[in-house]
Amino acid sequence: MALVKNGELVASEFVDASGAEAIPAAGAVIVSFDQWKAHRDELLKRGTPLGIRLHSDQAPELIEGDLAHFAVVALEFPKFRDGRAYSYARLLRERYGFKGELRAVGEVLLEQLFFMLRTGFDTFDIQSADPLKDWRTAVADFSVWYQPTADGRPTAMQLRRGKH
Amino acid sequence: MYRYDEFDARFVNERVAQFRRQVGRRLAGELTEDQFRPLRLMNGLYLQLHAYMLRINVPYGTLASKQMRKFAYLARNYDKNFGHFTTRQNLQFNWIKLEQVPDILQHLADVEVTGIQSSGNCVRNITADQYAGRAKDELEDPRVYCELLRQYSFLHPEFSYLPRKFKIAVTGSPNDRAAVAVHDIGLRMHKNEQGQVGFEVLVGGGLGRTPYIGQTIRKWLAPEHLLSYVESILRVYNMNGRRDNIHKARIKIIVNQMGIDKYRELVDKDWEFTKNGVLKVPDEEVARINSYFAPPEYETLADQTEALAKIRSGDRAFDRWMRGNVIEHKVPGYAIVNLSLKAPGKTPGDITADKMDAVADLADRYSLGEIRVTHRQNLVLVDVKQSELYELWHKLVALELATPNLGLLTDIICCPGLDFCALANARSIPIAQDISHAFTDLDELQKIGQFTINISGCMNACGHHHVGHIGILGVDKRGEEFFQLTLGGSSDQNASLGDRLGPGLPQAEVPAAIRKIVDAYLVVRQPNERFLDTYRRVGIEPFKSAVYGEESKAA
Amino acid sequence: MPQMIIANRLRDGAVVFLAPNEAWEPAIAAGAVIETDADATRLMDVAKRHEGTCQVIDPQLIEVEVKDGQLRPTAIREAIRAFGPTVRTDLTEVDRK
Repeated sequence: MALVKNGELVASEFVDASGAEAIPAAGAVIVSFDQWKAHRDELLKRGTPLGIRLHSDQAPELIEGDLAHFAVVALEFPKFRDGRAYSYARLLRERYGFKGELRAVGEVLLEQLFFMLRTGFDTFDIQSADPLKDWRTAVADFSVWYQPTADGRPTAMQLRRGKH
Repeated sequence: MYRYDEFDARFVNERVAQFRRQVGRRLAGELTEDQFRPLRLMNGLYLQLHAYMLRINVPYGTLASKQMRKFAYLARNYDKNFGHFTTRQNLQFNWIKLEQVPDILQHLADVEVTGIQSSGNCVRNITADQYAGRAKDELEDPRVYCELLRQYSFLHPEFSYLPRKFKIAVTGSPNDRAAVAVHDIGLRMHKNEQGQVGFEVLVGGGLGRTPYIGQTIRKWLAPEHLLSYVESILRVYNMNGRRDNIHKARIKIIVNQMGIDKYRELVDKDWEFTKNGVLKVPDEEVARINSYFAPPEYETLADQTEALAKIRSGDRAFDRWMRGNVIEHKVPGYAIVNLSLKAPGKTPGDITADKMDAVADLADRYSLGEIRVTHRQNLVLVDVKQSELYELWHKLVALELATPNLGLLTDIICCPGLDFCALANARSIPIAQDISHAFTDLDELQKIGQFTINISGCMNACGHHHVGHIGILGVDKRGEEFFQLTLGGSSDQNASLGDRLGPGLPQAEVPAAIRKIVDAYLVVRQPNERFLDTYRRVGIEPFKSAVYGEESKAA
Repeated sequence: MPQMIIANRLRDGAVVFLAPNEAWEPAIAAGAVIETDADATRLMDVAKRHEGTCQVIDPQLIEVEVKDGQLRPTAIREAIRAFGPTVRTDLTEVDRK
């Protein structure tokens, strides 16, 4: 699986075991919330990087206390029009201070990428024959935004102030 | 009115370019219809019975004459020479071609108009009192807050894929002309005990299959907190709204399911983190936007009521029009003039390209270049000199825009219905036309008094039938069009949902039913009692018997 | 009951009917009248293929009848699609027939 991160295609170091029966014995792994609850102690003892993958009906409040353990939080878009993960991403970044990799998985498509980027995702499992091309297209769409999010882009209001 | 600065202009142009790309991808097969649908909806483009329909925002109902002229240009060059004003102060064109939409949107962007988020599961056009900034009964012009909300909501990355649509309305007057109680968020401007202007915030109102009156989530909100508080309401909705059933996905469903107290608790919990953060509206931004809504340079004129009274006593038709369609202005010597798009037999809300141009010219000549759109599908010129009313009236008569029926029985709200809309069960426009033909006597209309008839062609209630004094809902009964009547609805500050009168009636019987209801009302009404109040006093029985006869007593 | 296949053309949204030669025609009189289930299945496959190649959206089988010498849909909704709105008959142009 090739992910887009920082404008480049990268391989995923993590095995996504969240949908699997068994968690691999070793190596960086992404687990589901149920797997995390069931195997928390063993997973922490592994000493390998850990990730968690949440469904769109699992708010990040569920893992707020454990965020320090995760290098990756993957949020699902089961259908591209299920917009819950946009709120989850903002909460993770802006409320809970998560600084690890925030990965968009599921039906991740060109036309929604920039919303994902703005809400705090930094890694994208894009469903496309040419994910990098789609990424470059998406990020070039807008140079002005109205709403502040944690992505650091100046809003129109801030740009206006800069002028006066 | 608000003018785009370089940032607003850049934003809308980038949006048009993005949609041009999206249309290209769709036509080339790179996007399926399922993937494309939300994208086109978020630019206002529906697929309807005959062609694509484009819905264009008129933010808080305020239009400049050059924008109206652009609508006329588009009607002539891209549609069939007319447009339709809707119950959300928007404009619709019915015969649009997908491949031409990017060009159309560019034309609109050139005059600072968009279709952005006029549809889709996102925050829709922010609507307001059509007399904002001019009405005597207003606390403050609410449009600065509408404009703040508009900018805040456009392409909000967190809220572009909500469970369902989200509609916000704002009133600056205690006399609610914006139907705020039946919106997802309603904002009612008022003063707290310290005399400070702020908003009562209502949440969870809405029409459609399961109508609800909005509930108060917060009694008084300081304007500086408007954006952060709205964001918290939206966030709780985005995370918790139902996504399993589109008929149960609006905020009104979860507010009523969990109760307003619980919803408030969740909102307040989120808001604690953000209320004093970056969304706090800085005074300088409010001042900047407010400067666009500053009242124009009015002349110092004497009140002309006496002079007008003389003309009125000599011209019955002018008198009728003055009585109904002309409203008192804040500023002496000026008046607010309603242009009726409800001439007998016409489609409510429709206006031809030629008349759009004519209205633009009248706005320039008589009303400082500005036009308002009402949610009852009429237009308004808000700054007319009293001394020019008589002259203006003659011109409006020639244009068939002077029907003196504002707020009366034939000032009907009517959705496009089965003649145009893919969602409809029945045709609504012929009903409106039949009723308007059955009540052409202007003296009778004035004698009958204040009356709203709202017609929807299906349960989606775009015609607001739940909140009409008489509501008419088109239903499909075994392939035939039938019409259910409701009585006693209201969308003002004492909002109520109408009560079902009885079984659906065939199209041919509807005008007669209206006549029977009116006759029954006239029999029992007290002096100066409008229909709604009579209904609330006497109940439904007299009207049930009138329409359905004695058999209904057994039912 | 005879049937026909109706759809909207993708690029301009126009109402069109699947013709015997598998083209899409705006005039219902040019549409292929379907009398058998086999033909219905075969032509819907064609229509769905055309949906996949971005010619049309949402093809549907509808019932038609001949009334007063005119081929027309039996349902009022489809009749409005075929002939235009009942309230603006001035808009029923040649290409909407």
